[in-house]
Amino acid sequence: MVYLTINNKKIAAEEGMTILEAAKHNNIHIPNFCYLEGVHQAGACRICVVEVEGAKTLQASCMTQVQEGMVVHTNTERVKKARKVLFELLLSDHPQNCLSCSRNQSCEFQKLGELIQIDEFRFQGEKSKTAVDNSSPSITRDLSKCILCRRCVTVCNQIQGVGILNTQRRGFRTVIGPAENLPLNSVNCVFCGQCTTVCPVGALQEKDSLQEVWKAIHNKNTRVIVQTAPAVRAALGEEFGYEPGTLVTGKMVSALRDIGFDHVFDTNFAADLTIIEEGNEFLTRVRDAFNGKGAVLPLITSCSPGWIKYIEHVFPDEIGHLSTCKSPHMMMGALVKSYYAEKIGVDPKDMFVVSVMPCTAKKFEITRPEMRNGGYPNVDAVLTTRELARMIKDAGIDFTELEDSGFDNPLGLSTGAGDIFAATGGVMEAAIRTVYEVVTGREMPFEKLHIKPLVGLSQIKTADILIENPVDEYRFLDGVTLKVAVTSGLKGAKILMEQVQRGESPYHFIEIMGCPGGCISGGGQPRPVNDLIRQKRLEAIYAEDEGKEIRKSHENPFIIRLYEEYLEKPLGHKSHELLHTHYTKRGMSIEKIG
Amino acid sequence: MSKVKEQCACKKETEEEKLTRIAEVIDEYKMKEGSLIQILHMAQGIYGYLPLELQCFIADKTGIPLSQVSGVVTFYSFFSTKPKGENTIRVCLGTACYVRGGKKIIERLKELLEIDVGDTTSDGKFTLEVMRCIGACGLAPAITINDKVYKQVNPDKLQAILKEYY
Repeated sequence: MVYLTINNKKIAAEEGMTILEAAKHNNIHIPNFCYLEGVHQAGACRICVVEVEGAKTLQASCMTQVQEGMVVHTNTERVKKARKVLFELLLSDHPQNCLSCSRNQSCEFQKLGELIQIDEFRFQGEKSKTAVDNSSPSITRDLSKCILCRRCVTVCNQIQGVGILNTQRRGFRTVIGPAENLPLNSVNCVFCGQCTTVCPVGALQEKDSLQEVWKAIHNKNTRVIVQTAPAVRAALGEEFGYEPGTLVTGKMVSALRDIGFDHVFDTNFAADLTIIEEGNEFLTRVRDAFNGKGAVLPLITSCSPGWIKYIEHVFPDEIGHLSTCKSPHMMMGALVKSYYAEKIGVDPKDMFVVSVMPCTAKKFEITRPEMRNGGYPNVDAVLTTRELARMIKDAGIDFTELEDSGFDNPLGLSTGAGDIFAATGGVMEAAIRTVYEVVTGREMPFEKLHIKPLVGLSQIKTADILIENPVDEYRFLDGVTLKVAVTSGLKGAKILMEQVQRGESPYHFIEIMGCPGGCISGGGQPRPVNDLIRQKRLEAIYAEDEGKEIRKSHENPFIIRLYEEYLEKPLGHKSHELLHTHYTKRGMSIEKIG
Repeated sequence: MSKVKEQCACKKETEEEKLTRIAEVIDEYKMKEGSLIQILHMAQGIYGYLPLELQCFIADKTGIPLSQVSGVVTFYSFFSTKPKGENTIRVCLGTACYVRGGKKIIERLKELLEIDVGDTTSDGKFTLEVMRCIGACGLAPAITINDKVYKQVNPDKLQAILKEYY
C-alpha cells in the first residue's frame, strides 16, 4: 500500500496504481477522456492532468503512478485552466453539428463538455480532416469527428491483433486510418467493429441500415421478416436503462411486432440447425480420420464472419479447417426464402429478411456473393443491437412498458443450446451436448449440462472429453479422448491457428469467435463494454439456457420436423444447397481475392 | 549507408533483383524488435522510394501491419512514397538555418528548378525537399545534395552548386 494525499484527503492506494485509478477508488472524479479502463491508457488527450506538488509540469493522471507521500491537486486554478484550454482545442477541430450526429446524447465528448463547462469558442480556424469513408458495408469512418484519442488503434492492434488502424502522417495532418488512408474495404479489415464500441465520438460507427429497413416495412407489398441473434436479448435492455445482464427477450419481440415486422423469428432456431449440420460434419470428419480416409482436423466453427474474414486474410491456406456451415442467420435467411416461402405461398422476391445482430461483420457477410440462393440474397439487411434500439426509439415505442411476447413458429422455437451461441464456449458446448449423445447414446455427464472449463472469459479454454462405451456405429471411438479448444478475440485465434499451421494442433474441434467474450460483446452491441458487463451478459445467456425445457438441439421438435418435411437429412442435397458455403483466399494486407 | 547508395546507382538491376535484395534485408532484421525504420531506410536506398506496393511487401514479410509501416513512412519526411530524381536536394529549415535565411534558399531553388517542395524536375535530375535540422547548425544555412553537405549557402551560390550535377 502507498499513502498519498489528493485534494487534502489522505488516501491509500495499491502500488502501481495510477493517480486516476486511486482517485476513482476514493470517489474523486478527475475529468478524463481518451483513457478507457482495461483497454487504453496512453495519455494522448491530456484532459486528465493534475498538479503534483514538487513536479514542474502538470501530470497526466492516467499515466502517473502513485507514490508514497505524493500530494495531488485535481482542481487548482492551473489545472482547471489547462483542462479548459485542452478541451477548447479539441473542440476547435471537431464539427459542431451534434444534433445531426447519431451519437448525440451518447457521446463521451459531449459528456466531457458538460463537466468542463465552457461558455465561448475562443479558438476557431481550419479543420484538419473532412473525409468520410463509406466504402465498407460494415463500418463508416467520419474523420471530421475523430479526436485522435487512439482507442481504436489500441483495440485494433493490441486487443484484436489485426492492425488495420494506425496513425498516419503527422502534426495537424494526422489521421487515424489504414495505410495511406486507403478505404476500409480495400484492406484487411475484418469488420469486427470492436473499434466502434470504443470510439468516444461518432467517428467510427456501423454503416446505417435503418433507412432501407424502414423502406421495406413501409412497402405494403413486401413481407418483412426479422430474426434476432442470441446475444441481442442479453444487451438490448442496456440501451433503455436496464442493468447489464437483464434479459429482455419478450419485450424485444413485442417491440419488433410494434415496429411493423410481419414475422418475428429467432436466429437461435437456426443455431440449433447449425449444431445438427456441423455436428454431423464433425462426426463425418472424425470417422474419415479414424478410418484412414484422411480428413482435415481440427474442424473449426464458422459462425463468426469477422473470424472468417480474418482467416481468409491471415491464414488463407488453412480455410479447409473451417466448417462449411453458413452462420446461423444466413441459414435462417435461406430457409425463410425457400421452406417458409413455400409454406406460406409467398414469392421470395416479395420477401425482405432483416437480421438483428450484435455484429458489424454480419453486414459484410450478407454481401458475399455465395450467400444467395435462387437469385436472391439470403438476408437483405443487418441491424446492430444499437441500431435496433434507435429504431425502437424512432418508432415511439415505450420499451420498458411493453408486455412480453413470443417468437413466431415454426422458425422461432429454440433450445438452450441455441441460446448459448451468444457467449464464448457456447457453440462448442451446444455441439458436444448433441455429438456426445449421438456417439454414446447417453446425455453428456456434466453438471447442469455445462462443460465448466469452456465457460468464462479466458482467452483460450480447452477440455478433454473421454468417449466410453459408444453405440455400435461409433465403436472406433471407444476410449478416445476428444480434445476441444475455444477462443474469442482474434489474438487468441492467431495463437491457435499458428499451431494448426505448424501441424501441431492437438485438437479435434475448435470454436473461434472474432470478438473477445464472443457475440455478447460483439462490435454491434451497446456501449460501454468491459469484463464486468461481459460477465453479466454471459450469465444472462446461461440463465436463458437453463430456463429452457429443451436444452439439446437435436431435441428441437421443429428441427426434427424441418428435416422430415423439407431437408430430408443432415448434410443432404438440400442442406448443401441452402445451408453450406465456401471460403475465399484473400491478401494478407490488401483485399485481394483469388 | 554509403554501400547502399553505391548499389542504388546501378541502373541495370531489375525490379525482381531489387526485391530479392530487400527480402534479404528483411530476413536479416525482422527478428529484431524495433527494426522497421532500419528496414525502410535500406529499402528506400535500394528501391529509390517506398511506394505502397513495396510497403505491402515489407508488411507481409515482416508481419508488421501495413498500417503501421505506412504510419512510419508518412511520419518521417526522409521517407518518400513518390519516385525521386537522380539527386535529392534537402534544404534545412531547422531553427538556426531558418533564422539565417533557409527560406530564401528554398524560394531561389524553386525558381531555378521550376518545381515545388516535394516534387521532381521533369528531366528527373533533382528532387527538392525540406529537412528540419540536419545537425549542422554551426554551418547554417545548410543544404545537402545526396550525402554532401553544403555549408553557409546563400541564394547566389545555388546556380554554381547545381552545375556540379550536370
